[in-house]
Amino acid sequence: MMVLGSQLWAVLTLQDYNTRVVVLGTAALGMAAGMIGTFMLLRKRALLGDALSHSALPGIAVAFLVMAGAGGSGKWLPGLLLGATLSGVLGIAWIVLIRSWTRLKEDAALGIVLSVLFGAGVALLGIIQHMASGSAAGLEGFIYGKPASMLQADAIAMAVTAAAIAVLCSVLFKELQLLCFDPGFARAQGWPVARLDWFLMALVTAVTVIGLQAVGLILVLALLVIPPAAARFWTERLWRMFVGSALIGALSGMVGASVSALVPRLPAGAIIVLVAAGIFLLSLLLAPQRGALPRLWRHGVLRRTVARQHLLRSLYEMSEPAGGRGGVPLSALLARRSWSAGELRRELRRARRQGLVQVVEGLVELTPPGLQQAQRLVRNHRLWELYLITHADVAASHVDRDADALEHVLGRQMVSELENLLSAQVRTEVPRSPHVLSEGTHAR
Amino acid sequence: MQSPDPVAASITGSSTRTGPAPWQDRIGAGPEHSPAAPLSIHDMTVAYHRKPVLWDVDLDIPEGKLVGIVGPNGAGKSTLIKAAMDLIPRASGRVLIYGQPYRQQRHLVGYVPQRESVDWDFPVSALDVVTMGRYGRMGWIRPVTRAHRAAAMEALQRVGVGELAHRQISQLSGGQQQRVFLARALVQEARLYFMDEPFAAVDAATEKAIVRILQDLRAAGRTALVVHHDLQTVREYFDYVILLNMRVVAHGPTEQVFTPENLQKTYGGRLTLLDQAAEALRRGSPR
Repeated sequence: MMVLGSQLWAVLTLQDYNTRVVVLGTAALGMAAGMIGTFMLLRKRALLGDALSHSALPGIAVAFLVMAGAGGSGKWLPGLLLGATLSGVLGIAWIVLIRSWTRLKEDAALGIVLSVLFGAGVALLGIIQHMASGSAAGLEGFIYGKPASMLQADAIAMAVTAAAIAVLCSVLFKELQLLCFDPGFARAQGWPVARLDWFLMALVTAVTVIGLQAVGLILVLALLVIPPAAARFWTERLWRMFVGSALIGALSGMVGASVSALVPRLPAGAIIVLVAAGIFLLSLLLAPQRGALPRLWRHGVLRRTVARQHLLRSLYEMSEPAGGRGGVPLSALLARRSWSAGELRRELRRARRQGLVQVVEGLVELTPPGLQQAQRLVRNHRLWELYLITHADVAASHVDRDADALEHVLGRQMVSELENLLSAQVRTEVPRSPHVLSEGTHAR
Repeated sequence: MQSPDPVAASITGSSTRTGPAPWQDRIGAGPEHSPAAPLSIHDMTVAYHRKPVLWDVDLDIPEGKLVGIVGPNGAGKSTLIKAAMDLIPRASGRVLIYGQPYRQQRHLVGYVPQRESVDWDFPVSALDVVTMGRYGRMGWIRPVTRAHRAAAMEALQRVGVGELAHRQISQLSGGQQQRVFLARALVQEARLYFMDEPFAAVDAATEKAIVRILQDLRAAGRTALVVHHDLQTVREYFDYVILLNMRVVAHGPTEQVFTPENLQKTYGGRLTLLDQAAEALRRGSPR
């Protein structure tokens, strides 16, 4: 444990030179992918990154063959990446051609090109391995990624790419925002939508090609999609989503590369993607506005409030002739609203715990604080009903239900506005109901 | 924009009263086209995948009118305005906006696309969306300034949703979203507006608000072409109609063109719609 702890410390503080290169390089890559991925996701083109990376493989193989044929070792990285870029761009061009010359939709075009080119790449790699020289070993690194092989120059290339993308996206932020939100309107205003799309594609190509080495062509898509998807949960503003996505991407790259540096044989690309997925899961569950748990929580709070208000109002109305005092049998209470016996019992339990109702000799009755709250609720309900009848022209027979739907959200300000509006009709503390109360109304 | 802005005032002034308008010495329009027409379409055919959806459209739209584009589903109503703005290619024909091709006159045109054409879950506020109407005149790279935001805010207030400016747009109702789109077109400060079904699925209050804005625009001498579905309200809302069913069946002042015979030609056997229209005509003033 101690050993692992000190190792972790050494990695995280970037003491080791090699680790420093790898961790900073992948962090820069994650950041770059997070930024450009934001726009790709919102443009609904995220999968194009996948097509691009998969079509890069035959380019890598062909570049190797060409360079080896010219007498070199064939594994000169810039040459391989140039091959990757060319065939990636060809793949995208092919998709565009299929889309515009046939009636196939984008997803079909994407599936065809992605699988055909990837298949061609795998076949070419097989041929290369059958050739005499064993120097082809390592080309598969592009499929799953091999960040440990990263050199300082590669890390610098990633950092430069990230910086360039940050600058370009900030400068063209307004244009890219419009492109992603409403391309039709953008074209009507004269923006060169096709060229902006190509510009985005060029940036994605740069990130993908540079990311091939670190995370591999299968998983580079994850860095383009997961960080922006996670960031979206935390904000409703594009600018913050952009920054958040960059940070999440950088963090995933950093943590993923560190962990895989610590544990031998853990493939870094996969770890990076899993870290990003972990952040995504946390965002999905916990983000305050859009996250699942806070939404569930808010929903539950509202439901309990509504149930409590129904209970208190029913109790008050049923014992209204006696001024809200006096007990009500459970069966009468059950018949009054469309609630099940279980729901009613649960609500009663909760209300008793809160000291709002008590059970005396088998009859349910309001406690003094419960009565106070019930009076206020009934008053609001009836004010609202009166308002609907007098100002919104709602029939008296329907008004109870409409008021029911809305009164739970009445704020204090709305109530005082209602009071002002209806001051002529309402003089008593709790006004009389503007309609006949339903059966089972009166307490015994 | 109740008080006409100086640019528009100088343009409208020169076109109607004083000497030759600034564009009149560089028009390329044929003799059959009046150079001042906000929109003049000649012999336009539009096809999707070689299947024509609009045939031989010939139109001249007079200035300062509210123009309804009416026709059954698939009649090419949206296609007409999109082709006029070069958003979809034309197989043939010519479109002139105030005597010039669209690409030279973009700054004179405002656009309200169909509400469903965008993803309303996009992470922007109502104010952000309205500000987009100004991007065209801002140009590349220039950031959004306070003045642009102020103009956008004013437009939001004008359409009655000023207090929702900072809401994310998916938290608006359909009617409110439609108003945001209208506000975005208003800040374009155009002379000619294309609106694609602004009344589709909006509440009565929004419909009234949009009609009021349209009337304000007309009062300021602007022209609007509005794709419209509700035959009952055509007579009330529009001075001029284009009856469309892959071809222009008829176009002209509403009272002359919006007749049962023309509707019959436009809608063919679609009796339910025809009944509606006949009803509207019988009652004289709809609704």
